[in-house]
Amino acid sequence: MDVRVQEAAFDLGAESAGFAARCTTSGAVVTFTGIVRDVADGLEAMEIEHYPGMTEAALRDIATEACNRWTLEDALVIHRHGRLAPGEMIMMVATAAPHRKDAFEAAEYLMDYLKSRAPFWKREMTRAGAAWVAAKDTDEDALTRW
Amino acid sequence: MNVLYFAWVRERIGLPREEIETEAATVADLVTELCGREDRYAAAFADLSALRVAVDQTLSDFDAPLVGVREVAFFPPMTGG
Repeated sequence: MDVRVQEAAFDLGAESAGFAARCTTSGAVVTFTGIVRDVADGLEAMEIEHYPGMTEAALRDIATEACNRWTLEDALVIHRHGRLAPGEMIMMVATAAPHRKDAFEAAEYLMDYLKSRAPFWKREMTRAGAAWVAAKDTDEDALTRW
Repeated sequence: MNVLYFAWVRERIGLPREEIETEAATVADLVTELCGREDRYAAAFADLSALRVAVDQTLSDFDAPLVGVREVAFFPPMTGG
């Protein structure tokens, strides 16, 4: 299991290829990437604040739980913090499993939980000013299916 | 005890962390104590349903006990991913 919280950009291609190469017994690798998208008001930047220490622990707990629930060979979580421009990659998860169902479900589980259980907070800077992104009820509801 | 604030809670209170001497038995007692200090705390803690709390870096509840606790953090619902 590999969990990283960093300000620097990551290389999606290199990370995905490296992860897949390390998972020699898996028939399925799923990756998901989150990207800063532009919003109606014209996004200039997104700032991501986090809680150093708790963030890493929470992500490790979520990844450990995914490994307990599904048959995974490995899981990777990279999440950035700091100031990001539209189009930049915010985070990625990768899961490797013998079969695709486990890999897909575990990746979705990781995403659902890290959206509302890992201590990150997004702030959008637009031409209209800066505003904290509010958590969505649908994100909290998404946890009930697990 | 170290008390940490994140996102708009940090902005309303005006600092990211502080050391607080308290006899508060629970998180809720600590919140009541802070709200009694200054208006900026009362403004930040006006709606507890809009807040989350972590006790020693683990998500917790407002009725959680503070015995032996070293760090409490207050923040809005998380928006990762």
